[in-house]
Amino acid sequence: MFQDIIEILSSWELVSYMIQGFFNSILVTLISALLGLFLGFVVAIVKIAPANKWMKVPKIICEAYTTVFRGTPVALQLFIMVFAVFAIPGFKPYAAILTFGINSGAYVSESIRAGITSVDKGQMEAGRAMGFTWLETMIRIILPQAIKNIIPAIGNEMIALLKETSIIGWVGSTPGTLTFDLNAAASTIYRTVPNYLASGILVGCCYLIVVYAMVFLIKCIEKRFAKNER
Amino acid sequence: MKDNKVAQALKTWTSRLRTKKEERNAVCHVPEETRSDALISVRNLYKKFGKLEVLNGINLDINKGDVVAIIGPSGCGKSTFLRCLNGLETPSAGEIILENEYVFKNERVYLKRKMRAMKEESKKTGKPLPMDEFNAVNEEYLALRKEEKAIAKYMETAINLHRQKVGMVFQQFNLFPHLTVLQNITLAPMKLKKVGEEEAKAKAMELLKKVGLAEKANVYPSTLSGGQKQRIAIVRALAMEPEVLLFDEPTSALDPEMVGEVLKVMTELAQEGMTMIVVTHEMGFAKEVATRVIFMSDGVIKEENAPQEFFTNPKDERLKEFLSKVL
Ligand SMILES: Nc1ncnc2c1ncn2[C@@H]1O[C@H](COP(=O)(O)OP(=O)(O)O)[C@@H](O)[C@H]1O
Ligand SMILES: [Mg+2]
Repeated sequence: MFQDIIEILSSWELVSYMIQGFFNSILVTLISALLGLFLGFVVAIVKIAPANKWMKVPKIICEAYTTVFRGTPVALQLFIMVFAVFAIPGFKPYAAILTFGINSGAYVSESIRAGITSVDKGQMEAGRAMGFTWLETMIRIILPQAIKNIIPAIGNEMIALLKETSIIGWVGSTPGTLTFDLNAAASTIYRTVPNYLASGILVGCCYLIVVYAMVFLIKCIEKRFAKNER
Repeated sequence: MKDNKVAQALKTWTSRLRTKKEERNAVCHVPEETRSDALISVRNLYKKFGKLEVLNGINLDINKGDVVAIIGPSGCGKSTFLRCLNGLETPSAGEIILENEYVFKNERVYLKRKMRAMKEESKKTGKPLPMDEFNAVNEEYLALRKEEKAIAKYMETAINLHRQKVGMVFQQFNLFPHLTVLQNITLAPMKLKKVGEEEAKAKAMELLKKVGLAEKANVYPSTLSGGQKQRIAIVRALAMEPEVLLFDEPTSALDPEMVGEVLKVMTELAQEGMTMIVVTHEMGFAKEVATRVIFMSDGVIKEENAPQEFFTNPKDERLKEFLSKVL
């Protein structure tokens, strides 16, 4: 097995697959994460906003969104999005990223919502009673308190997202395209060096490196926000 | 020459904007004939939570400088009443007027009820509906609805301005834990009244000195005792220079030894002429500091009097029973 690992590492072509996969995995995760965070934030705010006639339809849409995207497998969503909804030539990787982002947004919105509802109800009342609008109170008073509960949950979600993106190759991937991620690299390497364990260990290490970096990053962010907690 | 034209255009434009704003504002003016000197007038205020009737017709005028103590059994709607006054709850019917401007007005429900009663009456007796009378009521209803909807629409945005005039102090303090004491106090004046930072801070320090907590300006609320927290909460409300301060059981969450320091601050405020409405179980405060005492029960004001008379010569049976329990 060590021989196989060394064989992989000594072939520039195979190593370049891994490097490509490494950066594609990170890139896909990053863009999906940004999309998911944005969507999740908006959806959480809509769900938590007081019910009035303007919010009725948005609330129903957001409720349906989280139900559907948390209630069905992401692989199924990926196939539907890539082969049915966005069956446009050359759009495959973007449709996939869109799927991961939208899927992740559903989970992120629940994390944010849980964080916000964990803040004492009296805080909103105090803000409103002073004359702040609902949104102003949310931004100035509730969110700064909720953020320290939200960040660990979102961190978990981002780590899960990285690994979730490993199915992107299922819609077809060739080296040089965005869908060629770490997992796809492993299968391609296998064709030259037919040892799953060897390529699996190498690619697994790559994933671990990324996850470790993410954990470190999340810790830093957590610390930064814990500063104004007494 | 050209400058003149621009200036002229700008002038007409701003004046047009101003009249538009005044027009919108005008819907809230109380008509001449019903104006009063009262700071706050509450008329026939009702509040229902679903089927639960909590307020059943509250009538109360509060003048500038009044210190009104509200007492009553738990669950009788005291908190709900205060929350209606600053718009944290929307009443079901009645009027709330602040400085001769409607904050809330819903009288049309009575007309609607009247029309429904007329219809039912005619159905029961088999007599035809008295059309003239019915139409008159209906017309009145439609006119009132138009007026009240305009007020409600205006208040959707103006409610936040209204709240700036009506400060509130809560039982649970509700200080913002992520901000220092000073930031707690200066947040609203700076963001809502656009007071400069230096000025807001100076004002906050002055108020903090008054309640004896100047050295706590830069600590976080969680390091304070309950009594200190409540004094800061009072300062925070005062920093907005409200017309009236509402207190909802400000000492009920405090350890007994801390009640005194909070009551002392409130007493000083009362002596300075601050208008206050205080829901309290502190009979000593009601007796000595309040200018009027009100007994609420079953969602109505059962008795209202000057403190001396109120405590020595209560008339309402429920009040007698209540006082015998708490005194
Ligand atoms: N948001 C609400 N929804 C439903 N019922 C409520 C709500 N707020 C208060 N109530 C009910 O209204 C009644 C009066 O409450 P409250 O005004 O808090 O009484 P008090 O302050 O005099 O003790 C209680 O029976 C309470 O259960
Ligand atoms: Mg209460």
